[in-house]
Amino acid sequence: MSPRSVDRESPDRLYTVTGGRTLGDDDPFDLVSLVVSEREPAPGMQSEHVRILRDCQSPMAVVEISAGLALPVSVVKILLRDLLDAGSITVRRPVAKRAQLPDHDMLKQVLVGLQKL
Amino acid sequence: MGSRNSDQAGLAARSPLRKTASHGLKIVVVGGFGVGKTTMVGSVSEIKPLSTEEVMTEASVGVDDNSRVGQKSTTTVAFDFGRITLDQRNVLYLFGAPGQDRFWYLWDQLFSGSLGAVVLVDTRRLQDSWYAIDRLEYHQMPFIVAVNRFEGPTPTLEQVRDALSVDAGIPLVDCDARQRESSKLVLITLVRYLTSLSGPQDAPHPPGSLAMSVPDPISDYSSSAEETAL
Repeated sequence: MSPRSVDRESPDRLYTVTGGRTLGDDDPFDLVSLVVSEREPAPGMQSEHVRILRDCQSPMAVVEISAGLALPVSVVKILLRDLLDAGSITVRRPVAKRAQLPDHDMLKQVLVGLQKL
Repeated sequence: MGSRNSDQAGLAARSPLRKTASHGLKIVVVGGFGVGKTTMVGSVSEIKPLSTEEVMTEASVGVDDNSRVGQKSTTTVAFDFGRITLDQRNVLYLFGAPGQDRFWYLWDQLFSGSLGAVVLVDTRRLQDSWYAIDRLEYHQMPFIVAVNRFEGPTPTLEQVRDALSVDAGIPLVDCDARQRESSKLVLITLVRYLTSLSGPQDAPHPPGSLAMSVPDPISDYSSSAEETAL
Protein backbone atom coordinates (compact mmCIF):
# COMPACT_ATOMS: atom_id res chain seq x y z
CA MET A 1 0.00 0.00 0.00
CA SER A 2 2.99 2.28 -0.23
CA PRO A 3 3.81 4.57 -3.12
CA ARG A 4 6.07 2.97 -5.65
CA SER A 5 7.61 3.91 -8.91
CA VAL A 6 5.44 3.20 -11.92
CA ASP A 7 8.64 2.10 -13.62
CA ARG A 8 8.42 -1.12 -11.67
CA GLU A 9 5.27 -1.90 -13.58
CA SER A 10 5.51 -1.91 -17.34
CA PRO A 11 5.42 1.69 -18.53
CA ASP A 12 5.78 0.56 -22.13
CA ARG A 13 2.57 -1.33 -21.82
CA LEU A 14 0.80 1.61 -20.21
CA TYR A 15 1.98 3.87 -23.02
CA THR A 16 0.96 1.42 -25.72
CA VAL A 17 -2.45 0.82 -24.23
CA THR A 18 -3.32 4.50 -24.12
CA GLY A 19 -1.37 5.66 -27.15
CA GLY A 20 0.39 8.06 -24.79
CA ARG A 21 -2.79 9.99 -24.13
CA THR A 22 -4.01 11.40 -20.85
CA LEU A 23 -7.55 12.06 -19.76
CA GLY A 24 -7.08 15.73 -18.91
CA ASP A 25 -9.47 17.63 -16.68
CA ASP A 26 -12.58 16.40 -18.41
CA ASP A 27 -13.08 13.16 -16.51
CA PRO A 28 -16.57 11.69 -16.79
CA PHE A 29 -15.73 8.68 -14.63
CA ASP A 30 -15.71 8.13 -10.91
CA LEU A 31 -14.07 5.11 -9.26
CA VAL A 32 -17.54 3.67 -8.72
CA SER A 33 -19.22 4.74 -11.94
CA LEU A 34 -20.91 1.62 -13.26
CA VAL A 35 -20.06 0.77 -16.85
CA VAL A 36 -22.37 -1.26 -19.09
CA SER A 37 -21.55 -2.60 -22.58
CA GLU A 38 -23.95 -1.54 -25.30
CA ARG A 39 -22.51 -3.66 -28.10
CA GLU A 40 -20.40 -6.71 -28.86
CA PRO A 41 -16.67 -6.33 -29.44
CA ALA A 42 -15.88 -5.62 -33.11
CA PRO A 43 -13.15 -7.38 -35.11
CA GLY A 44 -9.82 -5.61 -34.90
CA MET A 45 -10.60 -3.87 -31.63
CA GLN A 46 -7.82 -3.26 -29.13
CA SER A 47 -7.68 -6.25 -26.77
CA GLU A 48 -8.33 -4.12 -23.67
CA HIS A 49 -11.44 -2.68 -25.29
CA VAL A 50 -12.63 -6.18 -26.11
CA ARG A 51 -12.07 -7.28 -22.55
CA ILE A 52 -13.99 -4.30 -21.13
CA LEU A 53 -16.95 -4.90 -23.44
CA ARG A 54 -17.07 -8.55 -22.41
CA ASP A 55 -16.67 -7.89 -18.69
CA CYS A 56 -19.27 -5.13 -18.66
CA GLN A 57 -22.17 -7.15 -20.03
CA SER A 58 -23.34 -6.81 -16.44
CA PRO A 59 -22.63 -3.45 -14.78
CA MET A 60 -19.09 -3.16 -13.47
CA ALA A 61 -17.44 -0.34 -11.54
CA VAL A 62 -14.45 1.47 -13.02
CA VAL A 63 -12.30 0.29 -10.13
CA GLU A 64 -13.26 -3.35 -10.73
CA ILE A 65 -12.37 -3.03 -14.41
CA SER A 66 -9.04 -1.58 -13.33
CA ALA A 67 -8.35 -4.51 -10.99
CA GLY A 68 -9.40 -7.05 -13.60
CA LEU A 69 -7.20 -5.59 -16.32
CA ALA A 70 -4.31 -4.98 -13.89
CA LEU A 71 -4.09 -1.44 -15.19
CA PRO A 72 -4.09 1.81 -13.20
CA VAL A 73 -7.43 3.55 -12.84
CA SER A 74 -6.41 6.55 -14.95
CA VAL A 75 -5.35 4.29 -17.81
CA VAL A 76 -8.64 2.42 -17.66
CA LYS A 77 -10.51 5.73 -17.75
CA ILE A 78 -8.82 6.59 -21.06
CA LEU A 79 -9.87 3.26 -22.52
CA LEU A 80 -13.40 3.81 -21.24
CA ARG A 81 -13.47 7.26 -22.75
CA ASP A 82 -12.78 5.73 -26.17
CA LEU A 83 -15.66 3.32 -25.74
CA LEU A 84 -17.97 6.02 -24.42
CA ASP A 85 -17.21 8.31 -27.36
CA ALA A 86 -17.90 5.42 -29.74
CA GLY A 87 -21.23 4.71 -28.06
CA SER A 88 -20.05 1.23 -27.08
CA ILE A 89 -20.71 1.68 -23.37
CA THR A 90 -23.01 3.65 -21.12
CA VAL A 91 -22.08 4.93 -17.67
CA ARG A 92 -24.23 4.93 -14.57
CA ARG A 93 -22.73 7.61 -12.42
CA PRO A 94 -22.60 7.68 -8.63
CA VAL A 95 -25.22 9.66 -6.77
CA ALA A 96 -23.04 11.59 -4.36
CA LYS A 97 -21.20 14.66 -5.53
CA ARG A 98 -18.09 16.18 -4.12
CA ALA A 99 -18.40 18.26 -0.95
CA GLN A 100 -22.06 17.56 -0.55
CA LEU A 101 -23.76 15.59 2.16
CA PRO A 102 -25.49 12.53 0.77
CA ASP A 103 -29.21 12.52 0.25
CA HIS A 104 -31.19 11.54 3.33
CA ASP A 105 -33.45 9.05 1.56
CA MET A 106 -30.51 7.42 -0.14
CA LEU A 107 -28.75 7.03 3.21
CA LYS A 108 -31.83 5.30 4.56
CA GLN A 109 -31.68 2.88 1.64
CA VAL A 110 -28.03 2.20 2.48
CA LEU A 111 -28.93 1.61 6.11
CA VAL A 112 -31.70 -0.82 5.22
CA GLY A 113 -29.36 -2.65 2.86
CA LEU A 114 -26.64 -2.97 5.49
CA GLN A 115 -29.06 -4.18 8.14
CA LYS A 116 -30.23 -6.93 5.82
CA LEU A 117 -26.74 -8.30 5.32
CA MET B 1 1.50 -5.97 -7.61
CA GLY B 2 1.94 -7.92 -10.81
CA SER B 3 1.28 -11.47 -9.65
CA ARG B 4 -1.54 -10.47 -7.38
CA ASN B 5 -3.27 -8.64 -10.18
CA SER B 6 -2.94 -11.55 -12.57
CA ASP B 7 -4.57 -13.71 -9.92
CA GLN B 8 -7.48 -11.37 -9.66
CA ALA B 9 -7.85 -10.79 -13.39
CA GLY B 10 -11.41 -11.62 -14.19
CA LEU B 11 -12.34 -12.18 -10.56
CA ALA B 12 -14.79 -9.31 -10.52
CA ALA B 13 -16.23 -10.48 -13.82
CA ARG B 14 -17.04 -13.83 -12.26
CA SER B 15 -19.20 -12.19 -9.58
CA PRO B 16 -21.24 -9.86 -11.75
CA LEU B 17 -23.52 -7.20 -10.34
CA ARG B 18 -27.22 -7.32 -10.94
CA LYS B 19 -28.31 -5.88 -14.26
CA THR B 20 -30.34 -3.31 -12.35
CA ALA B 21 -27.35 -1.94 -10.42
CA SER B 22 -27.20 1.78 -11.11
CA HIS B 23 -25.78 3.61 -8.11
CA GLY B 24 -22.21 3.07 -7.01
CA LEU B 25 -21.51 4.38 -3.50
CA LYS B 26 -18.25 4.74 -1.60
CA ILE B 27 -17.13 4.43 1.99
CA VAL B 28 -13.45 4.71 2.84
CA VAL B 29 -11.72 2.84 5.66
CA VAL B 30 -8.67 4.87 6.68
CA GLY B 31 -5.97 3.71 9.04
CA GLY B 32 -2.31 3.13 9.69
CA PHE B 33 -0.30 0.25 8.33
CA GLY B 34 -1.39 -3.13 9.69
CA VAL B 35 -4.42 -1.82 11.56
CA GLY B 36 -6.79 -4.15 9.70
CA LYS B 37 -8.28 -2.07 6.89
CA THR B 38 -8.24 -4.87 4.34
CA THR B 39 -9.41 -7.30 7.00
CA MET B 40 -12.43 -5.13 7.69
CA VAL B 41 -13.18 -4.66 3.99
CA GLY B 42 -12.84 -8.39 3.43
CA SER B 43 -15.04 -9.38 6.37
CA VAL B 44 -18.11 -7.64 4.94
CA SER B 45 -17.37 -7.72 1.21
CA GLU B 46 -19.30 -10.07 -1.07
CA ILE B 47 -16.18 -10.48 -3.19
CA LYS B 48 -12.65 -11.26 -2.11
CA PRO B 49 -10.99 -7.85 -1.71
CA LEU B 50 -9.38 -6.69 -4.94
CA SER B 51 -6.36 -4.51 -5.29
CA THR B 52 -5.68 -1.89 -7.89
CA GLU B 53 -3.61 1.21 -8.32
CA GLU B 54 -3.68 4.75 -9.54
CA VAL B 55 -0.94 6.65 -11.28
CA MET B 56 -0.06 9.98 -9.80
CA THR B 57 1.68 12.42 -12.09
CA GLU B 58 3.83 15.31 -11.08
CA ALA B 59 1.00 17.71 -11.88
CA SER B 60 -1.17 16.21 -9.16
CA VAL B 61 1.65 16.29 -6.65
CA GLY B 62 0.94 19.97 -6.18
CA VAL B 63 2.87 21.50 -3.34
CA ASP B 64 4.33 18.24 -2.13
CA ASP B 65 8.05 17.79 -1.90
CA ASN B 66 9.13 16.24 -5.15
CA SER B 67 12.65 15.61 -3.94
CA ARG B 68 11.22 12.74 -1.91
CA VAL B 69 10.32 10.81 -5.02
CA GLY B 70 13.79 11.24 -6.45
CA GLN B 71 13.95 11.71 -10.19
CA LYS B 72 10.59 10.14 -10.85
CA SER B 73 7.78 12.32 -12.09
CA THR B 74 5.21 9.54 -11.89
CA THR B 75 4.40 7.15 -9.08
CA THR B 76 1.61 4.75 -8.33
CA VAL B 77 -0.37 4.17 -5.19
CA ALA B 78 -2.15 0.91 -4.52
CA PHE B 79 -5.42 0.44 -2.68
CA ASP B 80 -7.78 -2.42 -1.84
CA PHE B 81 -11.51 -2.51 -2.14
CA GLY B 82 -14.52 -4.72 -1.61
CA ARG B 83 -18.17 -4.60 -2.57
CA ILE B 84 -21.59 -4.94 -0.95
CA THR B 85 -24.77 -5.17 -3.01
CA LEU B 86 -27.33 -3.27 -0.93
CA ASP B 87 -30.44 -3.69 -3.06
CA GLN B 88 -31.54 -3.78 -6.68
CA ARG B 89 -29.97 -0.41 -7.46
CA ASN B 90 -27.37 0.47 -4.85
CA VAL B 91 -23.90 -1.04 -4.63
CA LEU B 92 -21.55 0.02 -1.87
CA TYR B 93 -17.81 -0.08 -2.48
CA LEU B 94 -15.48 -0.12 0.52
CA PHE B 95 -12.00 1.23 0.03
CA GLY B 96 -9.02 0.71 2.30
CA ALA B 97 -6.60 3.63 2.31
CA PRO B 98 -3.50 4.26 4.39
CA GLY B 99 -4.18 7.25 6.63
CA GLN B 100 -0.71 8.38 7.45
CA ASP B 101 0.65 8.91 4.05
CA ARG B 102 2.03 11.87 2.21
CA PHE B 103 -0.26 10.94 -0.66
CA TRP B 104 -3.32 11.61 1.40
CA TYR B 105 -4.48 14.37 -0.96
CA LEU B 106 -4.56 11.69 -3.63
CA TRP B 107 -7.00 9.76 -1.49
CA ASP B 108 -9.06 12.92 -1.44
CA GLN B 109 -9.09 12.95 -5.23
CA LEU B 110 -9.81 9.25 -5.46
CA PHE B 111 -12.49 9.15 -2.83
CA SER B 112 -14.27 12.44 -3.41
CA GLY B 113 -17.99 11.86 -3.29
CA SER B 114 -17.65 9.20 -0.60
CA LEU B 115 -20.54 8.93 1.82
CA GLY B 116 -18.12 9.04 4.72
CA ALA B 117 -15.14 7.39 6.31
CA VAL B 118 -14.25 4.95 9.05
CA VAL B 119 -11.00 5.73 10.85
CA LEU B 120 -9.73 2.36 12.01
CA VAL B 121 -7.55 2.70 15.09
CA ASP B 122 -5.01 0.47 16.78
CA THR B 123 -4.73 1.66 20.40
CA ARG B 124 -1.07 0.66 20.45
CA ARG B 125 -0.42 3.20 17.71
CA LEU B 126 -2.92 6.00 18.19
CA GLN B 127 -0.57 8.49 16.61
CA ASP B 128 -1.05 6.75 13.27
CA SER B 129 -4.60 8.12 13.24
CA TRP B 130 -3.92 11.77 13.99
CA TYR B 131 -3.10 12.77 10.47
CA ALA B 132 -6.06 10.98 8.93
CA ILE B 133 -8.49 12.58 11.39
CA ASP B 134 -6.96 15.97 10.74
CA ARG B 135 -7.35 15.60 6.98
CA LEU B 136 -10.90 14.29 7.21
CA GLU B 137 -11.88 17.26 9.37
CA TYR B 138 -10.17 19.65 6.98
CA HIS B 139 -12.07 18.23 4.01
CA GLN B 140 -15.29 18.08 6.04
CA MET B 141 -15.69 14.43 5.23
CA PRO B 142 -17.89 12.92 7.96
CA PHE B 143 -16.27 10.05 9.79
CA ILE B 144 -16.54 7.76 12.77
CA VAL B 145 -13.74 6.11 14.71
CA ALA B 146 -13.60 2.33 15.13
CA VAL B 147 -11.11 0.83 17.56
CA ASN B 148 -9.89 -2.53 16.32
CA ARG B 149 -9.25 -4.33 19.58
CA PHE B 150 -5.94 -6.13 19.59
CA GLU B 151 -5.17 -6.08 23.30
CA GLY B 152 -8.06 -6.17 25.74
CA PRO B 153 -10.41 -3.47 26.99
CA THR B 154 -7.95 -0.70 27.74
CA PRO B 155 -7.63 2.07 26.96
CA THR B 156 -11.31 2.81 27.18
CA LEU B 157 -13.15 4.44 24.31
CA GLU B 158 -13.29 7.71 26.22
CA GLN B 159 -9.54 7.59 26.75
CA VAL B 160 -9.11 7.01 23.03
CA ARG B 161 -11.47 9.89 22.31
CA ASP B 162 -9.42 12.19 24.50
CA ALA B 163 -6.13 11.03 23.02
CA LEU B 164 -7.38 11.60 19.48
CA SER B 165 -9.23 14.84 20.36
CA VAL B 166 -12.31 13.53 18.62
CA ASP B 167 -15.39 15.73 18.95
CA ALA B 168 -17.98 14.39 21.42
CA GLY B 169 -20.58 14.15 18.65
CA ILE B 170 -18.54 11.79 16.52
CA PRO B 171 -19.36 8.12 17.20
CA LEU B 172 -16.50 6.02 18.50
CA VAL B 173 -16.96 2.25 18.67
CA ASP B 174 -15.09 -0.93 19.46
CA CYS B 175 -14.83 -3.55 16.76
CA ASP B 176 -13.19 -6.76 15.68
CA ALA B 177 -12.38 -6.19 12.03
CA ARG B 178 -12.16 -9.95 11.44
CA GLN B 179 -15.80 -10.43 12.34
CA ARG B 180 -18.39 -9.77 9.70
CA GLU B 181 -21.10 -8.74 12.21
CA SER B 182 -18.73 -6.40 13.96
CA SER B 183 -17.58 -4.72 10.73
CA LYS B 184 -21.19 -4.51 9.62
CA LEU B 185 -22.07 -2.69 12.84
CA VAL B 186 -19.27 -0.21 12.22
CA LEU B 187 -20.73 0.59 8.81
CA ILE B 188 -24.24 0.85 10.24
CA THR B 189 -22.96 3.22 12.92
CA LEU B 190 -21.36 5.38 10.24
CA VAL B 191 -24.47 5.49 8.07
CA ARG B 192 -26.67 6.28 11.08
CA TYR B 193 -24.34 9.13 11.92
CA LEU B 194 -24.47 10.36 8.32
CA THR B 195 -28.26 10.17 8.44
CA SER B 196 -28.29 12.30 11.58
CA LEU B 197 -26.07 14.84 9.83
CA SER B 198 -28.08 15.04 6.65
CA GLY B 199 -31.39 15.18 8.50
CA PRO B 200 -34.81 15.56 6.89
CA GLN B 201 -34.31 19.32 6.92
CA ASP B 202 -31.66 18.89 4.21
CA ALA B 203 -29.56 21.69 5.62
CA PRO B 204 -25.87 20.98 5.34
CA HIS B 205 -23.94 21.05 8.61
CA PRO B 206 -20.30 20.60 9.29
CA PRO B 207 -19.90 17.42 11.32
CA GLY B 208 -19.02 19.20 14.56
CA SER B 209 -22.06 21.47 14.62
CA LEU B 210 -24.50 18.73 15.52
CA ALA B 211 -22.54 17.48 18.46
CA MET B 212 -25.34 17.87 20.98
CA SER B 213 -28.02 16.23 18.87
CA VAL B 214 -26.18 13.03 18.08
CA PRO B 215 -27.01 10.11 20.35
CA ASP B 216 -24.39 8.88 22.75
CA PRO B 217 -22.16 6.72 20.58
CA ILE B 218 -21.74 3.92 23.09
CA SER B 219 -25.42 3.41 23.83
CA ASP B 220 -26.21 3.86 20.16
CA TYR B 221 -23.72 1.16 19.37
CA SER B 222 -25.34 -1.18 21.88
CA SER B 223 -28.83 -0.57 20.58
CA SER B 224 -27.75 -1.11 17.00
CA ALA B 225 -26.14 -4.36 18.12
CA GLU B 226 -29.45 -5.57 19.49
CA GLU B 227 -31.43 -4.56 16.46
CA THR B 228 -29.17 -6.20 13.99
CA ALA B 229 -28.45 -9.41 15.88
CA LEU B 230 -30.70 -11.41 13.61
